Amino acid sequence: MTARIGVVTFPGSLDDRDTQRAIRLAGAEPVALWHKDKDLRQVDAVVLPGGFSYGDYLRAGAISRFSPVMETVIEQAKAGLPVLGICNGFQVLTEAHLLPGGMLGNDHLHFICRDQKLRVENAETAWTGDYRQGQEIHIPLKNMDGRYVADEYTLDKLEAEGRVVFRYVDFNPNGSLRDIAGITNEAGNVVGLMPHPEHAVEPLIGTGRTDGLPFFTSILKKLVNA
Amino acid sequence: MSRTPLDTVEHAAATPDVELPWAELGLKKDEYERVVEILGRRPTGAELAMYSVMWSEHCSYKSSKVHLRQFGEKAPESDAMLVGIGENAGVVDVGQGYAVTFKVESHNHPSYVEPYQGAATGVGGIVRDIIAMGARPVAVVDPLRFGAADHPDTKRVLPGVVAGIGGYGNCLGLPNIGGEVVFDSCYQGNPLVNAGAIGVMRHEDIHLAKASGAGNKVVLYGARTGGDGIGGASILASETFDDAKPSKRPAVQVGDPFQEKLLIECTLEAFEEKLVVGIQDLGAAGLSCATSELASNGSGGMRVTLDDVPLRDSTLSPEEILMSESQERMCAVVEPEKVDRFLEICEKWDVIATVIGEVTDGDRLEIYWHGGKIVDVDPRTVAHEGPVYERPYARPEWQDALQADDANKLPRPASSEELRDQVLKLVGSPNQASKKWITSQYDHFVQGNTVLAQPEDSGMIRIDEETGLGVAIATDGNGRYAKLDPYHGAQLALAEAYRNVATTGAKPLAVSDCLNFGSPEDPAVMWQFAEAVRGLADACQQLGTPVTGGNVSLYNQTGEAAIHPTPVVAVLGVIDDVARRTPVAFQEEGQLIYLLGDTREEFGGSAWSQVVHDHLGGLPPAVDLERERLLAEILISASRDGMIDSAHDLSDGGLVQAVVESALLGGKGARLVVPDGLDAFTFLFSESAGRAIVAVPRSEEVRFNDMCGARGLPATRIGVVDGAAVEVQGEFTLTLEELRTVHEETIPALLA
Repeated sequence: MTARIGVVTFPGSLDDRDTQRAIRLAGAEPVALWHKDKDLRQVDAVVLPGGFSYGDYLRAGAISRFSPVMETVIEQAKAGLPVLGICNGFQVLTEAHLLPGGMLGNDHLHFICRDQKLRVENAETAWTGDYRQGQEIHIPLKNMDGRYVADEYTLDKLEAEGRVVFRYVDFNPNGSLRDIAGITNEAGNVVGLMPHPEHAVEPLIGTGRTDGLPFFTSILKKLVNA
Repeated sequence: MSRTPLDTVEHAAATPDVELPWAELGLKKDEYERVVEILGRRPTGAELAMYSVMWSEHCSYKSSKVHLRQFGEKAPESDAMLVGIGENAGVVDVGQGYAVTFKVESHNHPSYVEPYQGAATGVGGIVRDIIAMGARPVAVVDPLRFGAADHPDTKRVLPGVVAGIGGYGNCLGLPNIGGEVVFDSCYQGNPLVNAGAIGVMRHEDIHLAKASGAGNKVVLYGARTGGDGIGGASILASETFDDAKPSKRPAVQVGDPFQEKLLIECTLEAFEEKLVVGIQDLGAAGLSCATSELASNGSGGMRVTLDDVPLRDSTLSPEEILMSESQERMCAVVEPEKVDRFLEICEKWDVIATVIGEVTDGDRLEIYWHGGKIVDVDPRTVAHEGPVYERPYARPEWQDALQADDANKLPRPASSEELRDQVLKLVGSPNQASKKWITSQYDHFVQGNTVLAQPEDSGMIRIDEETGLGVAIATDGNGRYAKLDPYHGAQLALAEAYRNVATTGAKPLAVSDCLNFGSPEDPAVMWQFAEAVRGLADACQQLGTPVTGGNVSLYNQTGEAAIHPTPVVAVLGVIDDVARRTPVAFQEEGQLIYLLGDTREEFGGSAWSQVVHDHLGGLPPAVDLERERLLAEILISASRDGMIDSAHDLSDGGLVQAVVESALLGGKGARLVVPDGLDAFTFLFSESAGRAIVAVPRSEEVRFNDMCGARGLPATRIGVVDGAAVEVQGEFTLTLEELRTVHEETIPALLA
């Protein structure tokens, strides 16, 4: 058997099809979810993809967080549904308070697109089981508002609880505090990160690396073995 | 003057002596008289608005038309051509049932006035052209030209343009895979912001801009219409209306990429359900253009009720509504029984859609406002029968002196040390330096099909995941060459783009062009234009790559000083399996570097002459199109059969520039030996056309050499991929670190 993994399309989502492809390449079944639809169509996990949902108007992720589909996602995530937020999806997760902190504009004020080196700081979440703790990987990064911020107390807490999942290595592309690229919630079922694992799943495409594929195989294994 | 009574057709017929502000709208006296003659009466204000925008240089090509005809007349026979010049964009067959549409356009003037929005809406416009053909847009490219890199105004214009292209394109989810950035003081005050886009569809999904079938509904959808983008010298600036109205609006439109993204998705969904009979985007000249073109390309007429157009500003006059260039709008012709479903899809995507008229069985375009008929014209006279000028042209008297000022006679480096210094100076010069600071502001990865993106020789996109079918696109242009010799300069632009596509392993299929020139009223500029078009048409014929469409941008000049004639050429190619593509970067130490083609002493218009001597004179490199074709065939075969692991075309900056780029991208150095019969300087800096370097695995050397020998292509072994430096034996060594520093720090230092 395989797992059904939902990918939400908000108006302005851009990487929804790419994420569906990554899920398919990992061997799971992608299921398209629509922002106006509360029904999660019996999926086993949900990905909130990258893009500029609602044009990033007001603030990245701020409007999407109130969409009908998010009502269900928030409710079920609290009950343990694995949720991955990539880039704009990460922004939606912080706006929805499923993850702490928030994202500000890059400190250099430009959009940045690059092949980014990351270190896996927590290989035990629902989405990172196929990585090794401390493994260094390259994943494309592309964003305007990627600077992760939180108060010192929250940052210390995240560090103490091992909830920093990814850190930028060699180069901090946006001024994010403590080089944080991705974090998880207390239960480890909700993960958000700025880089785009769905763009690193095929050897020929993009940067030519497949360092992002383990996100999707991790969740598949977890769901199938559960 | 009073706003009443409404200037209807009846009113116009009854008041023949009313003076209309045709001059303020940019019409010439004889053009206005021609309108009166066509209509048999004076035009209404609304009709005048339509004729004036549609007969403008931008929309009617009135100065360039007589020359552009050659692209059709000389078009080579090509099985690949599905839709040619005249539609929103050309369409090419790329096999396996797929069709690809692509086009390059200019947004030069607005981008100087307001860099961010000018560039952003340039992307928006070209993308709508692609959607209007029925295709899903899959990539964009941006050939850009600015004034001197160290000029203060460049620091105003460039960052804004780049942010605008990124801000719009990134938000649409379109990977930016290619283009150019060139600096030259001739573009000071006249930057060239060209934008290209590619779209993919199945053959059966091609859509055209025509309104057929009486009773079919005309649906306007997308953003509301506002007062933005109306030409400064509009009917509003005249005395016809009072001051209380929002008259003089900024002439630059403001883009909303989020709205455009919704427009793309909703249009594609409507196409998928086969709901659309004809479609047109609203770009220059807005509704005037969309209605007159749809109607004149179809079999019948069209009746439009302007009151039904959703407005952002309820005080807009009918003339303004017709002339508004508000962005993110499209016009579709839909059969009556499918209208409900069409509107439903628009609603799903939160896109406003309104039926504003219908196709009639007559042959008139009739537009109503507040119950009165304010337009009654034969749409063909608006859209297609505008004025045509045979502008006088003459070879400028300075051309001979320019060509006589031979760059080959410039002082050359006298020692190895000087040669080394000049190499460093070249690879760190703004035109030759890495453009990473710019391209990293564009998303290359979105859609997950990008095989190659800048700084590769061409951008490459996979279009079929199963078979690996892909397309490649390169854009090139060299204003310096074209200034020295516009005929051959245009051919060199084509040759370079053609070569760039082949270097990555794709077969060149078709051409789009963006012809950027000065004022057509200057006979010298007109001569440059005529020569460039003739050169390009001749070369396209010889290479078998038809021009599928494009754009002309004139009046790129401030005062007497025109820009260099700058034909920018985009070549589209196809590759059966993207796994066979060849990148620029050196892949493996020990591989052999071969130089393909002949190297002559050719320095006219070269980067070396510009960087070292600030010189422009002489003749550009010689053009040999048969050689280009042979070189392309060899490069494509070698890619397909796995004989080469990297390849890089030689163009501005010559061989040394290419080697340095391949080395830096691969993180692997090169040891070079100057071949017999060449001096080191010519070997490194000459810009002879029809050349490329390739890296050949040792196991393939015999096979590769045999192929070149059998086909008669000169192939000279010039070195090996090795080490962490670029070494020219007996001359100098430059470490990759040193090269990387000068190559990558120039642009951020000037612009960041």
